[in-house]
Amino acid sequence: MKCSGVKTVIALLLLMGSSNAVFAAAVPETFSDPAKEARARHLQRQFFCLICAGESVDESNSSFATDVRRLLREQIAEGKTDKQIQDFFVARYGAAILTKPPVEPATWLLWLGPFGVLAIAGGVAWVTIKRAGKAGT
Amino acid sequence: MTGELGQLALCFALALSLVMAVAGLLGAREDHTAARSVAVSSAFGLFVFVALAFGTLTYAFIISDFSIMDVASNSNTLKPLVYKISGVWGNHEGSMLLWVLVLSIYAALVAGLQRGGPRLTSAALGVQGLLAAAFLLFILFTSNPFLRLDPAPFEGAGLNPLLQDPGLAMHPPMLYAGYVGLSASFSYAAAALLVGEAGWARAARPFMLVAWMALTCGIALGSWWAYYELGWGGFWGWDPVENASLMPWLIATALLHSALATEKSGAFRTWSLLLAIAGFSLSLIGTFLVRSGLTSSVHAFATDPTRGFFIMVLIALAIGGALALFAWRAPTLQGGAAFEPASRETTLLLNNVFLVAACACVFVGTLYPMVLDAINGTKISVGPPYYVLTFAPIFFALLLLVPFGPQLNWRRGDLKAVWRSLYPALGLAAVACVVVLAVASPRSLAAAGAFAVAGWLIGASILDIRKRRGARASAFAAALAHAGLGITLLGVTGTTVWRSETLTVVAPGQTMTVGPYTLRFDGVTRVKGPNYIADRGKFVIMEDGKAGATMLPEHRLYLAQGQDVTDTAIHTTGLRDLYLALGDDRDGGRFAVRAYVSPLAPLIWLGGLVMALGGALSLWGRLRLSEPENKPAAPAVAMAAE
Repeated sequence: MKCSGVKTVIALLLLMGSSNAVFAAAVPETFSDPAKEARARHLQRQFFCLICAGESVDESNSSFATDVRRLLREQIAEGKTDKQIQDFFVARYGAAILTKPPVEPATWLLWLGPFGVLAIAGGVAWVTIKRAGKAGT
Repeated sequence: MTGELGQLALCFALALSLVMAVAGLLGAREDHTAARSVAVSSAFGLFVFVALAFGTLTYAFIISDFSIMDVASNSNTLKPLVYKISGVWGNHEGSMLLWVLVLSIYAALVAGLQRGGPRLTSAALGVQGLLAAAFLLFILFTSNPFLRLDPAPFEGAGLNPLLQDPGLAMHPPMLYAGYVGLSASFSYAAAALLVGEAGWARAARPFMLVAWMALTCGIALGSWWAYYELGWGGFWGWDPVENASLMPWLIATALLHSALATEKSGAFRTWSLLLAIAGFSLSLIGTFLVRSGLTSSVHAFATDPTRGFFIMVLIALAIGGALALFAWRAPTLQGGAAFEPASRETTLLLNNVFLVAACACVFVGTLYPMVLDAINGTKISVGPPYYVLTFAPIFFALLLLVPFGPQLNWRRGDLKAVWRSLYPALGLAAVACVVVLAVASPRSLAAAGAFAVAGWLIGASILDIRKRRGARASAFAAALAHAGLGITLLGVTGTTVWRSETLTVVAPGQTMTVGPYTLRFDGVTRVKGPNYIADRGKFVIMEDGKAGATMLPEHRLYLAQGQDVTDTAIHTTGLRDLYLALGDDRDGGRFAVRAYVSPLAPLIWLGGLVMALGGALSLWGRLRLSEPENKPAAPAVAMAAE
């Protein structure tokens, strides 16, 4: 399919660009400062590995995840804020990299839909309970 | 020869399913007794021929008959026998055949048990026949497992190594027993709309229970597999494929509760019908999501657009047809029964409100990215943080209400008395909350809240069991199922909040620590499996300087595919897992290692098992009581005079 074809191309490009990073995949470099390390792990969980099936950058061993982890740690070392780091990756890979979808007009239905269903179902239940009470008297 | 035999069996099965559809629907008329017997016989015949086709394909996999394309592309002579057999459903064609096999088993059970009277059974068989025919057409025209390959290759391509695992050998049959089991409720609901019999909820109940239990076990197995096989210790990723199984489970759970009210007090008649239709519709949508290649994952075998199109048309017809039938016939059903606001009916209704909202959450989260992409090309992803913010609060609200349900009486309950009787559960919740805040580290308010809810659920279940002492076994079904929810919640919380992990590189003789454990690495040996070679690491758990248990995580290379797979080692105390995944070779005998300590992790799946056990108790009670139920049980005819 079209979509998976694009993914394969991205994967190949990434593999070519970072062939020596593949073997460093399982163990990312770590910060000695525990607060910084915790922040890096927290940020890593906010990004999807775009060439994997549903794994975050924190979990994946892929070359893509390794690259993102390295870039992310570089930026933390440079003293960038979380917001700046997030913007950087969104500009580079698109909003699909975020595990938490952005809140914007296009996603209002996504965020509010479930609660809308809850409200409607609750309303119907309320009417049903009222009617059932009346039916008894 | 075997391939042709299977092909022929499928063609006979298709013919029989069409006969069953026509005869079943005709037999729904009062005077058509002959058509009814034809429908029943063809249901048994359908099962025999689908089983024959499935047996033929299994045989071809066992003897590695590579002249059959499906076997050649998905099997291999080196595979152990059990994975040759599970390879039958480890691919698209075979898994669709398994789907139809399960459908035909349910059809034969509907025909054999004759629950709900002859007319209802006949109409249900008719609908089941239509479904079987549609899926058999799909198999024969787009996914034929018996296509020949000439010349036959000398060796097969093999099965995805990730799927060569005992947990995953059982996962698809279990999940299908659930997915397709909902077809029986669907067929009964459609039959009830056609025939106008009120007894459908009682007639379909055993099928609902079996489907729900199978879904529960199937989801638990899938989650357990992801936990030990994927190598990062996660148990649920909100992957579209996992979501596809969660949605039918949520609706099946809602249906079990709603149909109980329909059966016992005549409440929510139309609503239960709609849920029965929705449950199976979501199973179909799940199949479509997984099989169409819209989602990329280990599950997506098919990436052929014609198949996707065919399934889409099939789903549109099934769902559209059922909903049209519902819109046409449901208004003729009598209005709801009377009950007070404080009654079991109300709690079951609220249960449905929250479960439907939770399902909406998963539905929107799964489909929104695809729809948005199709509309204007905007690409977004929906990951765990979305579900934490939407699904979790809705589901927690539901859990808070659970203990009230089994205590309140039908029609009119005493809320105050029930509330007072639940004080001990409230006490247990408070204790759990305080203990977590005082003892556990890191301190987490969310964890304390979750433990309080779990304590509330488990405490209420214990109270319920005490209250019903001496009753027949099935009286404890709800208590067990609800306690299972609490147990799973404990596991999920413990693993999510208190998991500690270590990522490191170790050399032979070195030790590493993770959480409270110290591990000595004794190096790696090269071992040879039946169809793979592996680096097997040896780790010894050190207790007070002495060597304890040994753990042997592996890094396997499957020869047929050239694919790397980590085979994790898990040491469990029952309340805590130590989890090791061997990483890459770093020269000089040094290896990368991922180690996790996951407190309470085993409780996640234990809870699922307890839930399913609750379902089993209820089913057992049903089947023991089934003698008097076999008479057409229609206390009040639901359909108004037309």
